[in-house]
Amino acid sequence: MTEFFTTTYFGIFLLTLGQVLLIVVPLLVALAFLLWGDRKIWAAIQLRRGPNVVGTFGLLQSFADFIKYAVKEIVYPAGADKAVYLLAPMVSLIMALIAWAVIPFNDGWVVSDLNIAILYVFAVSSLEVYGVIMGGWASNSKYPFLGSLRSAGQMISYEVSIGLIIIGIIISTGSMNFGDIVMAQDGKYGMFSWYWVIHFPMLFLFLISAMAETNRPPFDLPEAESELVAGYQVEYSSTPFLLYMIGEYVAIVLMCALVSLLFFGGWLSPVNFLPDGILWFLLKICMVFFVFAVVKAIAPRYRYDQLMRIGWKVFLPMSLGWVILVAFFAKFELFGGVYARWAIGG
Amino acid sequence: MTIVAYAFWMFAICLITGGLFTVISRNPVHSVLWLILTFLSAAGLFVLLGAEFVAMLLIIVYVGAVAVLFLFVVMMLDIDFAALKAGMAQYLPIGLMIGVVLLMQLGLAFGAWEFSEQADLLRDAVTPTDVHNTAALGHILYDQYFLLFQLAGLILLVAMIGAIVLTLRHRKNVKRQNVLEQMWRDPAKSMEMKDVKPGQGLS
Repeated sequence: MTEFFTTTYFGIFLLTLGQVLLIVVPLLVALAFLLWGDRKIWAAIQLRRGPNVVGTFGLLQSFADFIKYAVKEIVYPAGADKAVYLLAPMVSLIMALIAWAVIPFNDGWVVSDLNIAILYVFAVSSLEVYGVIMGGWASNSKYPFLGSLRSAGQMISYEVSIGLIIIGIIISTGSMNFGDIVMAQDGKYGMFSWYWVIHFPMLFLFLISAMAETNRPPFDLPEAESELVAGYQVEYSSTPFLLYMIGEYVAIVLMCALVSLLFFGGWLSPVNFLPDGILWFLLKICMVFFVFAVVKAIAPRYRYDQLMRIGWKVFLPMSLGWVILVAFFAKFELFGGVYARWAIGG
Repeated sequence: MTIVAYAFWMFAICLITGGLFTVISRNPVHSVLWLILTFLSAAGLFVLLGAEFVAMLLIIVYVGAVAVLFLFVVMMLDIDFAALKAGMAQYLPIGLMIGVVLLMQLGLAFGAWEFSEQADLLRDAVTPTDVHNTAALGHILYDQYFLLFQLAGLILLVAMIGAIVLTLRHRKNVKRQNVLEQMWRDPAKSMEMKDVKPGQGLS
């Protein structure tokens, strides 16, 4: 039986399909509850009740919304480029989903153990912008077009600083594999051995860049409802809109997973006497998502020129300077070699 | 056929189809989208060759940044389909001629190309087997050819500064924004309380 799954092509195909489903299905189900949690946190901060009608505490609200979207009619705007119009939401969701192929949930629990995993995630997340641009252009309408132009500028700008922050982590680890990055954070001080201590300023830069990269408030300028109605999503209805929304949230959860892998030690336990495991990883993702949800509720939306200014004039020099600093620390193994984890062996 | 062979044919067909439609599609935006498919297929072929680092760089740099800017520019064009098609007859002979020349060159290269066994061996020996190709690239760029790499970077820097200098001009009559000044402004500096007497108003 094992031979069938490891030697024959059909067996390998089935095995990979099973692994993929094992990630995608729980991810999408968890997403329904994360969405609900997002709305509940948002409501709690604004002293509202939030969704509370469908199911106990409104827990099934997301599923009700999904069914509502799925049974509605798809409306094509007049003059829309139909093929691109339908392709755009699919690109948005698929690009967000395929990045999960290299995210390890526990030691060795990963679909594809690439040695350039972090570059792969970076490459895929740089493709997410196409869903937005194509959707905005294909709608053949003014608000979506303005929204897509904004998002093109915004996502490219913040990719630069995300890339530089990732380079700092790669220098510290000496590897681009997520497993190696997490294992390099394993140390005798428990949670104080993780990268959030030694890469402390970059944690905030990464969180903010991640919010801007995923068009999350306070950086949701591509869909700023006060100026652009809903930006690139204006002309979308029914299932295409649902795909956009799921894609956006999958990308946000991916960014939460990235933050916990790069800065909070992935599946490592925060204290040494407790065992490591997948539960820690899921807990960390939820905590980072909580931070995202709180920021959404308490921060007012940025102006577009402010957004571009902090992206290019503040974050880019800071992260570039940090890369040079980390390279210096790592090369000469200063501070007991904590910046050169490959040299002291984790 | 192995899975690798299937993948090769899939990527190769996608690449050629993408390239073809980049040239022949009527709408420039579609052209750029087909071009992106071409880039992605080329990245796939790089992965099959075992050069996954180059493949990822191709996607990050060309698809993630350069093609976005292409799309950005092309989307804002006011497309006149009639004008686009008008030049077809004029440029077709030249285009065909360039194509024929390229085809003949390729034919010469693959038909009558002779190289020694040694050259083949040298080509194989470039990639070391015991390290990842990312590390191998790093060793070549940063250890062996460090000076040349830095010089290439310097040339790019000069080109970038040149482009900025060429487009930078200060106009006198344009209002400029001083962000730091705005940030350090406080209510005491920007507001004043006035007691307005009835029937008089502010003078």
